[in-house]
Amino acid sequence: MEFFHYLGATTRASFTKLGRSSFFLISILAGISSVCVRPRLLLKQLHSVGVLSFLIITISGLFVGMVLGLQGFYLLSRFGAEETLGVMVATSLVRELGPVVAALLFAGRAGSALTAEIGLMKATEQLSGMEMMAIDPIKRIISPRFLAGFLSMPLLAALFSAVGIIGGQVVGTGLLGVDDGAYWSQMQANLDFRGDIINGVIKSIVFGFVTSWIALFEGYDAIPTAEGVSRATTRTVVNSAFSILGLDFILTALMFGDN
Amino acid sequence: MPHTHTHTQDTLVGLFVAAGIASLFFLGLQVSNLSSFSHSNTFEITARFSNSGGLKVKSAVSAAGVKIGSVKAITFDQKTYESIVKMDIDDQYKTLPDDSSASVYTAGLLGEQYVSLDGGGSSDYLKNGSKIEITNSAIILEKALGQFLFKSAEEKKAPAEEKKGKK
Repeated sequence: MEFFHYLGATTRASFTKLGRSSFFLISILAGISSVCVRPRLLLKQLHSVGVLSFLIITISGLFVGMVLGLQGFYLLSRFGAEETLGVMVATSLVRELGPVVAALLFAGRAGSALTAEIGLMKATEQLSGMEMMAIDPIKRIISPRFLAGFLSMPLLAALFSAVGIIGGQVVGTGLLGVDDGAYWSQMQANLDFRGDIINGVIKSIVFGFVTSWIALFEGYDAIPTAEGVSRATTRTVVNSAFSILGLDFILTALMFGDN
Repeated sequence: MPHTHTHTQDTLVGLFVAAGIASLFFLGLQVSNLSSFSHSNTFEITARFSNSGGLKVKSAVSAAGVKIGSVKAITFDQKTYESIVKMDIDDQYKTLPDDSSASVYTAGLLGEQYVSLDGGGSSDYLKNGSKIEITNSAIILEKALGQFLFKSAEEKKAPAEEKKGKK
């Protein structure tokens, strides 16, 4: 009996949370129009969400590309197909690793910071204070952050892929002796702009949307204590990772199914 | 100095956005085939093959090894049991003789298949809607191997039978 009570309570709790987060999302989206009136709010968030994630994204992208170049070379040289190293590096980066790894890093770097910030604002009653002054905290605080995350993510993912491809080239052609011309020409011949690159960008837009939504909701929904904020931050990273990887599977199945 | 602070922030955000857009351009132009995608005009020619093998839409059409167009559509003719391949040829290659022959070749041993046009001697040129009469089908590896094995088996059999006859 105790078990059924527990099961029912968890189900109800998770559904109400889903409902709360949906309503929260609707009010964020409604608040975006007021961000357009105050672009400075957005700019400040673009700085803290995007610019400050720049370094971790480029450095990780460089190393991921270099590792891909190294591993790809070992594997492909067994079949005498080193020339296709560029295709391998670029396809895996543009289609999968760029959007996914950039989104995971983004959730860890920017998402957790957003949750902690909003959660602390709630714990120190800054959000209630704003409401007292008849300022809508959703419009003033949440929507600019959401928009900044949503806009930064595709740019960061594109950066990640571009830097990774250059990293793969440095290792492949510089260290391992793959022909530079073959690296680029094979890549250009085998990657499709619409099929590969646009689909990668669509993926990163979806990930940016979901990660920002989760991070902001967890912060806004956090129990306003030190422990509550820390739990909310953990939930942001965990839930973002789950959603990114799960959505990635669904998006891949939809996008690359007929190829 | 709050003013200078926002000023550097603006610059940093601007640099970030510019770097992101630049890498998108890099991906589009340097990594994918967007730059070779030309919006120039093309004309359409048709060829019938008894077997077009692994030819696909967007496969290359080349003459003397130079890419001059791409395959637009591949359909099956239910009356003649042939494959009808429609090709878009770039407008600048207007002077291909109309008795050119089309063959399906494979790039490398395991590479992609493409259509190769070999010029004839006619003084009339291929134009929009032209049909290529002389075609060579794709070589299907299994078929060729099968024929080869069959032949070598026949050759082995023949001397054995001769021996029997002698006895």
